[in-house]
Amino acid sequence: MLTEKKFNLIIVLGIFAFSLIGYVMNEPYFITLATKIVILGIAGCALNLILGFGGMVSFGHAMFFGVGSYVAAISAFHSMNGESIDLIFFDFNGSSQMLFNWFLAVIFSMFFALIVGSISIRTSGVYFIMITLAFAQMTYYFSLGWTKYGGEDGLSTYVRNDLFSINTMLPLNFFIICFACLCVVGFILNWVINSNFGNFLKGCKENEEKMISLGLNPYTLKLTAFVISGAITGLAGALYVDLNRFVSPTSLSWQTSGELIVLVILGGSARLFGPLLGAIVFILLEQFLGEVTENWQFWLGVILVLIVLYFPKGVSGLFIKD
Amino acid sequence: MSLQLFIEQLLNGIQFGFMLFLMSAGLTLIFGVMGLINLAHGSFFMIGAFSASFVAGLTGNFFLAILASLIFPALIGITVEFSIIRKLYERDHLDQVLATFALILIFSEATRYIFGAFPLFLDIPNILQGNILLPGEIVYSKYRLIIIIIGLFIAIGLYFLINRTLLGIQIKAGQNDRQMIRVLGINISRLYTIVFAMGAALAGLAGALIGAIQSVEVGMGEPVLILAFVVIVIGGIGSIKGALIGALLIGVLDTMARLFLPIFFELIMETSQALSLGSSLASMSAYLLMALVLIFRPTGLFGKK
Repeated sequence: MLTEKKFNLIIVLGIFAFSLIGYVMNEPYFITLATKIVILGIAGCALNLILGFGGMVSFGHAMFFGVGSYVAAISAFHSMNGESIDLIFFDFNGSSQMLFNWFLAVIFSMFFALIVGSISIRTSGVYFIMITLAFAQMTYYFSLGWTKYGGEDGLSTYVRNDLFSINTMLPLNFFIICFACLCVVGFILNWVINSNFGNFLKGCKENEEKMISLGLNPYTLKLTAFVISGAITGLAGALYVDLNRFVSPTSLSWQTSGELIVLVILGGSARLFGPLLGAIVFILLEQFLGEVTENWQFWLGVILVLIVLYFPKGVSGLFIKD
Repeated sequence: MSLQLFIEQLLNGIQFGFMLFLMSAGLTLIFGVMGLINLAHGSFFMIGAFSASFVAGLTGNFFLAILASLIFPALIGITVEFSIIRKLYERDHLDQVLATFALILIFSEATRYIFGAFPLFLDIPNILQGNILLPGEIVYSKYRLIIIIIGLFIAIGLYFLINRTLLGIQIKAGQNDRQMIRVLGINISRLYTIVFAMGAALAGLAGALIGAIQSVEVGMGEPVLILAFVVIVIGGIGSIKGALIGALLIGVLDTMARLFLPIFFELIMETSQALSLGSSLASMSAYLLMALVLIFRPTGLFGKK
C-alpha cells in the first residue's frame, strides 16, 4: 500500500515512461495512447473536483469538453482558411497559436460553466444530474445543426497549432506539451482541494447546513468549483482537438459525459489523481479488449459492473491506504 | 398550412407523447419507489423491439410479437434486478449511473452479437395498415391511432393499479416511507422486483410499437431514454400523473417545433440552412422546457418538495 503522494508520483511517472518506451521502440501509437490518457485524465480530474470533492454529479461535462474543443477548432479553422469572423468591434481572424486557443477555450467554457452552474446549482440530487444533462444535450443538438462548422460531419483542422517553435506534429513533442498541462492542472487542483476553499467545498458535500451556520454561502462555493472544473475540462477539450485534428458533435454527446464519469469512478473519486488512473485503466482496457474480441464493449460493461459492485473506492482504492 | 395538416401533426405529437409515457411511467416508478436512476431503461425498449421482431419473424403473428415485447423484457428485467440492480438501491446516485451505464454496454453488445449489426424490421399487420377517416375530414394512420389508444388504456390501467389495488397502495407506501412498509411486514424485495419488471415490460412494449414505425436497431433506446428522463423531471419524479402530462407536453412540443421552426426560419434564411437549424433547435426545445421548469419549480410540476 502506498501513500497518496507516492501514488500520484508513480502514476504520472508511469505515463511518462510509457510514452518514452513508445519513443524508444519507435511505436508512435504508444505515444498517442499516452497522450489520450493524459488529456482524458485532465478532464476526469477536473470533473472529480465537483463530483468527488463537491458531491455534484454533473452528467453534462461533455458540454465543457466539447465547447473547449469547438472553440479551439473554430479558431484554428479560421486561421487556416483566412476567413474572418465579424465581431462588430473587430474582425477575428482565428489563430494557430496553441496558447491563444487554449485561452479562448478556457474563457468560453468558464462562461458556459458560469451560466449553466448558476442555474443548475439551485437544484440538487437527481434534478442536478438531469439539468446538467439537459444543457449538454442542447449544445449537442446545436452543434448538429451548425452546418457552417460541419454539423453532423464534424470539423477538421488538418494540422496541429503552433507552440513557440516546437514541432507539435511529432508525437513525443505533443505528448510533452499535454503532460506539462497535466502537471500544471495537477498542481492547481491539489492547491484548490487543500485550500480553505477546498475544505469548505468538502464540507458542503458532507453537511450543507453546517456550512451555512458557519456563515458560508454553499451556492457561491459550489458555483466557483463548478466554474474551475468547467474551465479545466475546456482546456482538455482544446488539447483533444490538437491530438485528433478533428472535432465532432460526439464530443458533446451524453455518452462522452458518461465516459468522463466512468473515468472518475473507475479510478476512485476520493483521490486527486484517481481519475487519471481511471483513464489509464479505461483506455488500456479498451485497447486490450478491442484486440482480443470484437464485442469488447460487452466485457468492458461487465468489468465496470464488477468494479461498482465490489470495489466502491475504485482501482486507486487498491493501492492507497487511508 | 392547412388545418388538416396541423391536426395530423398534433395527433402525431400525442402519439409520440404516449410512447414517451410508456417509457417514463416505469422510469418514474423505479426512481420513486427504489430511488434508482436506471440508465439501462432504454435497453428494455430495445429488447422489446428486438424480441417482437424476432417472434414476428418466427410466427408471422403481430399480436404474439407484442406479447413477446412485454414478456422478454420483463424476464430479463427480473434477472438483472436479482443479480445486479438489487445491490444498487442502497448506493448513491453516482454508482447507479455508472452501473446502469455499464449495463447499456452489456445489453447493446449482446444484442449486436445475437442479431447482427444490421437493423431489423417489424411489419404492421394488414388490418392496421392504411389510414382512417376521422371526424372533420382528417385522414390519419390507423396504426398511430392504435398507439394512442393503447397508451390511453395503459394510463387508465396504471391509475387504477396505483389507486385501487393492494399493490398500488404498497407502491405508494414505498415511495413515502421505505422503512415503514418493511416494518409492516410487506415483502419489499418482491415489491421492488415487480415494479422493476413492470417498468421493463412497459418499456419493451413501447419499443415494439415504435419498432413497427421505425427500424429495429441497437442503440434505438437511448435517445428515447434521455427524453423520458426529461419527461419525468418535468413531471416530478415518482409521479405517474406528472409523467403522463410531461410526456404529452414533450411529445406535442417536439413534434410542433419540428413542424414550425423550419417554416419560421425559412422566412429569414435559405431553405437548407433553415431546415437544419430548425430541426436542431426543435431537438433542443424539450431540454429548454425542462430547464425552464426546473428554474421555477426545482422539483418538477408534480414532484414532492
